[in-house]
Amino acid sequence: MAAYLLRRLLEVVLILFGVSVITYLLLYLLPADPVRQIAGRSASQETVESIRRQLGLDLPVYQQYWRYLTGLLHGDLGRSYIQRSEVSALIAGRLPASLQLMVAGILAELVLGLSMGIYSALHRNSSTDNALMVIAFIAVSAPQFVVGILLLYVFAVKLGWFPIGGYGDLRHVILPALTLGIMGAGWYSRMMRSSMLNVLEQDFIRTARAKGLSRFRVIARHAVPNALLPVIAMIGFDIGIFMSGIVVVESVFGWPGIGQLTWQAIQRVDIPIIMGVTLIAAFFIVMGNLLADIVALFMDPRIKLK
Amino acid sequence: MRKLLLGSIAALGILAGPMMTTAAPMGGEMIVTYKDDVSTLDPAIGYDWQNWSMIKSLFDGLMDYKPGTTELVPDLAESFEISDDGLVYTFRLRKGVKFHNGREMTADDVKYSLDRVVNPRTKSPGAGFFWSIEGYDEASTGKADGLAGVKVLDPFTVQITLSNPDATFLHVMALNFAHVVPREEVEKWGADFGTHPVGTGAFRMAEWTRGQRVVFERNPDYYQEGIPRLDRIVFEVGQEPIVALLRLERGEIDIAGDGIPPAKFLEVMANPDLKKQVVEGDQLHTGYVALNVRMKPFDDRRVRKAVAMAINKDRIVRIINGRASPANQPLPPLMPGYDPDYQGQPYDPDAARALLVEAGLADGFETQLYTANTDPQPRIAQAIQQDLANVGIKAEIISLAQSNVIAAGGEEDQAPMIWSGGMAWIADFPDPSNFYGPILGCAGAVPGGWNWSWYCNEELDRRAQAADAMADPAQAGARIDEWRSIFTAIQDDVPWVPIFNEKRFTIRSGRLDGPEGIFVDPVHIPVHYDQVYIKEGR
Repeated sequence: MAAYLLRRLLEVVLILFGVSVITYLLLYLLPADPVRQIAGRSASQETVESIRRQLGLDLPVYQQYWRYLTGLLHGDLGRSYIQRSEVSALIAGRLPASLQLMVAGILAELVLGLSMGIYSALHRNSSTDNALMVIAFIAVSAPQFVVGILLLYVFAVKLGWFPIGGYGDLRHVILPALTLGIMGAGWYSRMMRSSMLNVLEQDFIRTARAKGLSRFRVIARHAVPNALLPVIAMIGFDIGIFMSGIVVVESVFGWPGIGQLTWQAIQRVDIPIIMGVTLIAAFFIVMGNLLADIVALFMDPRIKLK
Repeated sequence: MRKLLLGSIAALGILAGPMMTTAAPMGGEMIVTYKDDVSTLDPAIGYDWQNWSMIKSLFDGLMDYKPGTTELVPDLAESFEISDDGLVYTFRLRKGVKFHNGREMTADDVKYSLDRVVNPRTKSPGAGFFWSIEGYDEASTGKADGLAGVKVLDPFTVQITLSNPDATFLHVMALNFAHVVPREEVEKWGADFGTHPVGTGAFRMAEWTRGQRVVFERNPDYYQEGIPRLDRIVFEVGQEPIVALLRLERGEIDIAGDGIPPAKFLEVMANPDLKKQVVEGDQLHTGYVALNVRMKPFDDRRVRKAVAMAINKDRIVRIINGRASPANQPLPPLMPGYDPDYQGQPYDPDAARALLVEAGLADGFETQLYTANTDPQPRIAQAIQQDLANVGIKAEIISLAQSNVIAAGGEEDQAPMIWSGGMAWIADFPDPSNFYGPILGCAGAVPGGWNWSWYCNEELDRRAQAADAMADPAQAGARIDEWRSIFTAIQDDVPWVPIFNEKRFTIRSGRLDGPEGIFVDPVHIPVHYDQVYIKEGR
C-alpha cells in the first residue's frame, strides 16, 4: 500500500511538471506580447524593451521556463502582469471561497442526485421515474452559464428569495452550488438508479425480505449502502469536473474564487496567473483522481493491487 | 498670473463655502460594481480605464481638470509661471496639504515622484510622457538617478526645465503618472505600494479584500473644503455587467461601473423609469478601420478612398442602437482641433466603384478584415464586409481575441484592414497631439506599435512637432488651427476610415445626484468620485 501511494505521488509530480511545460509553451506561442500588455499603449520602444529585459522575457524560451521552474520550486509563482501582486497571494486569497463552493456543490449534487436516483429505482417505469430521468438528462446537457442565469433570474430577481450574486452567508451559496451541482446530480441520479436496480435484484435483498424485515429497513440498511459504493467512488473525479465548472459559475454569480480569477486572467493575457491557476487546478484534479482510486480500493474488495 | 490665481481662489472660497453646505448634501456611502478586479492603484503604474479615476481620487498632481470639463486648472500647484521661451515652468505649491499618513507634502515629494516614474526600475507605462523634461534620456535609461530638469528651489517651489518646448506639458502634469507619492510609504511597501496607496487625494484607502471589494473613505484633511461629498465608496468587484444592472434596478447598487450591457441597451432605454437614471455624454473616442498603407492594394490612395466611400456609417450606428454618432475625421468632436465643417469621404458606392476602376481594380479584389471577437464588433465587421462586397471588394473576416488583433496590427505585413472596435484609441489627455504620435505618426509605425495603418508622413511629422513646440499660451489658438489642418491633411490621405464616435451612457441609482457633467466626465470614468453626492445625505 505504501509503495503504491509513493508511486502514485511520484506520478503526481511528473504530471504537474508536464502540465507546467505544456502550459508554458502554449502561452509562449500566443501572438499577444505580454510586455505590450504591461507597457500599455503610450509606452515608447525603449520603455518596452527595458521592461522586457527586466522581466527576463528577452531570453530564449527554455531559459525563461527554467527561471519560472526554479521560482516555482521555491514556492514563487511570480507576479501578475496586470494586477502587479504576488500570484500566490492572489490564489491563496481566493482559494477558500472556491473550496466552499465546491463542497457545497458536491453536497448539492449528492442530495439531489441520490434522492432522485433512489426514488426512480423504487418506482421503476412509473411516470415520475420517466419524468425524473428526463430531468436528469436535461441537467446533464444544460450549459452551466444558462442554468446559472436562469436560476438567478427566477429565484433572485423575480422571486427575491436569494441575493443577486455575491459572497457572504449561506443564502449566497445556494444558487451557485445548485448550478455547479446540477450536472453531477443528473449523472448521479442515473447511476444511483441503475445501481439500485442492480442491487435490488441480488440474493441478499431477497434473503432480507424473506427474513421479514420491513421494506424501509431493507432499502435503508441493505440496498442503499451497497448501491452507494460505485457512486461514492466517483466523487473524486468531480473535483476535476468542478475545476472547470467554477470558471463559469463564479463569473455568473460574482463568487470571489479562483475560477473568476482564471477568467479575468485569460481575458487580459495575464500569463503568471494563468500558469498559477492551471497548476493549482491540475494539482486538485490529480489529487481528486488519486482519492477516487483509493476510496474505490477500500470500498470494493474486488479491486486488487498488482 | 500668480496674484490673479490666488485672488480668484480666495473669492471662490468665500462664495463656495456657504453655498456647498446648502446645495450639496454631505455624507453617505455609494456602491460601485465592476466585473474585473481592481489592478494596482500605484499612480506610476495603473493604466486602465477602471483604476484611472480611482487613482485620481486617492492622489493629486500639480495640475488637474475642472470637474466635468477638459479645462486645465492648478491642483497641488497653487500657481505656476512659464518662462518666455516656454522651457522653464515654476510651480508654487499649496501649503498645508497632507498625505494620508499625516505628513505635509512638499516640493521634495514632487521631485521624488517624477524621478520615480521615469526610473526604469519602476516599469511605468507612462515614462515616455515625460520625454520633454531635461535629463529624461539619462534618467529613463538608468544612467542618471533622477531628472536633471526638476529642481527644488524651496520647500514649496518646484522648477521644471524642458529640453524642448512642449505645448502638452501641463496636460502631462495632470496625468496620473505625475501624481505625487510620499517616498517613505513607497519604500515601506515596495512593489506592493499599489495595494497600499497613500496620497493626498480626497479619499484614502480603507479596505481591500481581494476579489471582493475595495473601500475608500473620506480624507478628513483634504485641502479642498467640502470635498469629497461622500463618506465612503465601496467598489464591489467580480460582478457581471448584466447582474450589476439587475441589482441597480433593485436599488442595491449606485453605479454599474461597466455600463449598460449592449444586449440590454434598448430594454433600458425603453423603460421610462430606468431611462431617467441614464446620463448620456461624449467621450474622446473614435472607432475606425485602419487600412495598412504598406500592403497591396491599400498602398494606392484611390483604393483607400474607395473603401472609405463604400462604407455606410449611418447603418453601422443603427446596428449598435445609436450608441454613437458617425465620424468623418480622426479627432472626436470633443477634442480641440475637431473640424465641424470637414466633409471627408461621404458614403457614395458609385464613386467608390469608379475609383476602383481608375485604380485598375475594376473586378474588385480579395482582402482580410481583422476584428475583435466580442459583441458587437463581429456584427459591425459584417456590415463593413457587406458594404465592401457591394463595390466588388471581397473581405474575409478574421475574428480574434483582442490581444491577438493588437498583435497583428503591430506587424507590418499581417493585417490589411483592422476594425478598431473594442480596442480603439481613447485619448490620455484632451489634446490633439495625443491622437497623432502613437496612432498616426511615424513613431507608432514600428513593430508592436499602435499605428496599425503603418502611415508615416514625414512632412506631417515635422508639422506635428512644430505645433507641439508652440508652448506660449498666447499661441494656443494658432496651435489648435495647425493641428486641425494636420488632421485634415491626414484624412485626405485616408489611412483610416473613421466610422463613429462612441457615446457614453452612465447608469446610476436614483439616490445619486450632482451636475450632469460629472457622470460623463471626460477624464474620470465612469463618474467623478469626489463630486458625486447622495440626495438625502447622511
